[in-house]
Amino acid sequence: MLPTFSYVRPTSLAQAIRELSSPGARAHAGGTDVVGCLRDGVYSADKLVSLSGLAELRGVSRTASGGLRIGALTTLAELAANPLVREKYRVLADAAAAAASPQLRNQGTLGGNLCQRPRCWYFRGDFECLRKGGGTCFAAEGENQLHAIFGGESCFMVHPSDTAPALTALDAAVSLVGPGGARSVPIDAFFVPPERDFMRETVVEPGEIVSEIVVPPPLQGARGCYSKLRARGAWDFALVGAAVVVATRGASVSHARIVLSGVAAIPWRVAKAEELLVGHALDDATIERAVAKAAEGATPMSGNEYKVALVRGAVAEALGALG
Amino acid sequence: MSDQCKKGGCDHSGVSRRGFLTTMGVGAVAAAAAGSALPATAEQQKASAAEPMTIGLSVNGRKHRLAVEPRETLLAVLRERLGFVGTKPGCERGECGACTVLVDGVTRYACLTLALEAEGHEITTIEGLARGEELGDVQKAFVEEDALQCGYCTPGQIMAAEGLLRANPSPTLDDVRLGMSGNLCRCGAYGHIFKAVERVARARREGGAK
Ligand SMILES: Cc1cc2nc3c(=O)[nH]c(=O)nc-3n(C[C@H](O)[C@H](O)[C@H](O)COP(=O)(O)OP(=O)(O)OC[C@H]3O[C@@H](n4cnc5c(N)ncnc54)[C@H](O)[C@@H]3O)c2cc1C
Ligand code: FES
Ligand code: FES
Repeated sequence: MLPTFSYVRPTSLAQAIRELSSPGARAHAGGTDVVGCLRDGVYSADKLVSLSGLAELRGVSRTASGGLRIGALTTLAELAANPLVREKYRVLADAAAAAASPQLRNQGTLGGNLCQRPRCWYFRGDFECLRKGGGTCFAAEGENQLHAIFGGESCFMVHPSDTAPALTALDAAVSLVGPGGARSVPIDAFFVPPERDFMRETVVEPGEIVSEIVVPPPLQGARGCYSKLRARGAWDFALVGAAVVVATRGASVSHARIVLSGVAAIPWRVAKAEELLVGHALDDATIERAVAKAAEGATPMSGNEYKVALVRGAVAEALGALG
Repeated sequence: MSDQCKKGGCDHSGVSRRGFLTTMGVGAVAAAAAGSALPATAEQQKASAAEPMTIGLSVNGRKHRLAVEPRETLLAVLRERLGFVGTKPGCERGECGACTVLVDGVTRYACLTLALEAEGHEITTIEGLARGEELGDVQKAFVEEDALQCGYCTPGQIMAAEGLLRANPSPTLDDVRLGMSGNLCRCGAYGHIFKAVERVARARREGGAK
C-alpha cells in the first residue's frame, strides 16, 4: 500500500497552480515516477495534484516561427510516433523511443521525464544520502558503477532522462507557469547541478508547472540522432547516451551539439568536441578528432571508469550515423 | 510478491482472500448492473485528506461504482475490490509488466496507475479478452505455441501483445521484441511468446481470428 495522501484533479491551470502552492503538494502527470517514489518512501506527499484534466497541456503543434511546441503532458510514445518530431527532430524521437518500456512510454509524459527524481540506488534506497538531507553521498566511496564521471564533487547522481540531452542538443526552452506568472527557461538553465544545490534537480519552484517545451525551428541542413548504450538490449536507463545535432553548410559543419546522458547530474554538453567539428567536413578524420576529446576532463570513480570508453563509443556511433 | 507484502505492509491478510474479494467483485458488478446514477467525478468532489472518493470505473465494458482511497492503485482495485485477479502483482515498480492492462486500448502498468486516474477511461483486463469460456485469439495462441511455463507473467504478456497488435497489426520480429520488452518472464519463455504474437498477427491479417 502507498502511504496516504489526498488527491485533486483540477480542470484549469489556475486551479492547479493554487492547489500545487500548498505545502506538501506534488504534481502527478503520468505517475510513473511519483507513484514509485511514494511507494519506496523516497519522498512523501500530502496531496497529489493530477494534471491529467488539463487539456491545454496536451498536444504537439508548430510555433509561428516554424519551431515546435510540445505540451508537457505529451506522452513519450506520442512524441516518438509524432511525424513532425520524427522528420525534423529525430534526436528527440530517438530519445523518446529509447526511454523506458512500451507501457511506461504510453504513460510517462515529457514534463514528467524532465522532472523525474534521480535513480541513484542510495537515493532510492533506505539511505539518508546528501540529496535526501543527510550528510554524505554514499556513491563516492560505495557502489558507483552507474554514477557520474563529470561534475560530481558533492553528489554523484546521473540524470536519468533520455529526452533531456536531446532537448539540450536542440536548444529547447521550458515554459513554466506558477503563482508568479509564466516564464521561459532555456533548457541548459533548467537543470540544477549539485554544486549549485544538491537538494533539487530542476529550477521548478513550488506551485510551478511545466506547461510546454518549445523547440526552435531546425537549422538549415540540420540532422541529429541519439545513441543510447545500456546494459541490456531491452529497456534500461542509459549507461551513457549521446544526443547529437549537426548542421552543415556546403561541405562543412556550421553548427554542432553533443550532449551526453548517464555521465553527470545534468545533461552534459561537450563543447570541446563540438568545436572540433565546426568548420570541417563531417568525415571519419573529423569524427575521430571529436571523439578523442569527448571524454576529456572525466574523473571516474572506483567502479565507473568503463564509462569513459562508452562516452567515446556513443559519440562515435551517433556522429557516424550522421556522417 | 512485493516487498511491501513481505514486510507485512499490505492488506493481503485474509485467509480466504480470493473468496472474499470475489464476493466484493460480485457486489460491485451487481451495483453496476443495476444502473446506479452516474458517479460524481473526482473533480467535482472536494478533496479532503485521503478520504475515499466515489468514482465510476469501466472495466471490460461494464461500469463499476465504488469508493476508492487516493492511494489505491488500479492494480489493487482491480484485484482486491473488483475480483479481476488475472492482473498480477509483481515488482509493483514498473519493472516487470505482470500488471499490464489496456487503458483506452493502450498498454499501461496498473501498479503505477492510481485508480482515481483511471476514472473516465476504458480498462481492459485479461478477463476482458475471453468471451465467457471462449478464449480470445491471443490467449489461444499462447496455449498453442506453449508460450508459458509457470504462467505468472502470462496475463501481462497477453495484454502487452494485445496492445502491441492494436497499435501495429503487422509487426516485424524486432517490433515484437521491442513491443514485448516491458514484460519479463522469469521462466524465459520469450521465444515461444514471440511466436505466439506473430501467429496472432498472421491470423488477424488473414482474417481468420477475431
Ligand atoms: C522501470 C522504469 C524504467 C525507466 N527507464 C527510463 C529510461 O530508460 N529513460 C528515461 O528517460 N526514463 C526512464 N524512466 C522514467 C520514466 O520515463 C519517467 O518516470 C516518466 O517519463 C515520468 O513521467 P510521468 O508523466 O509518469 O511523471 P510523474 O511520475 O507523474 O512525475 C514525475 C515528477 O515530475 C513532476 N512533474 C510531472 N509533470 C510535471 C509538470 N508538468 N510540471 C511540474 N512538475 C511535473 C512530478 O511532481 C514528479 O516529481 C523509467 C521509469 C521506470 C519506472
Ligand atoms: S507489477 Fe511489475 S510492472 Fe507492475
Ligand atoms: S511463464 Fe513463468 S514467468 Fe513467464
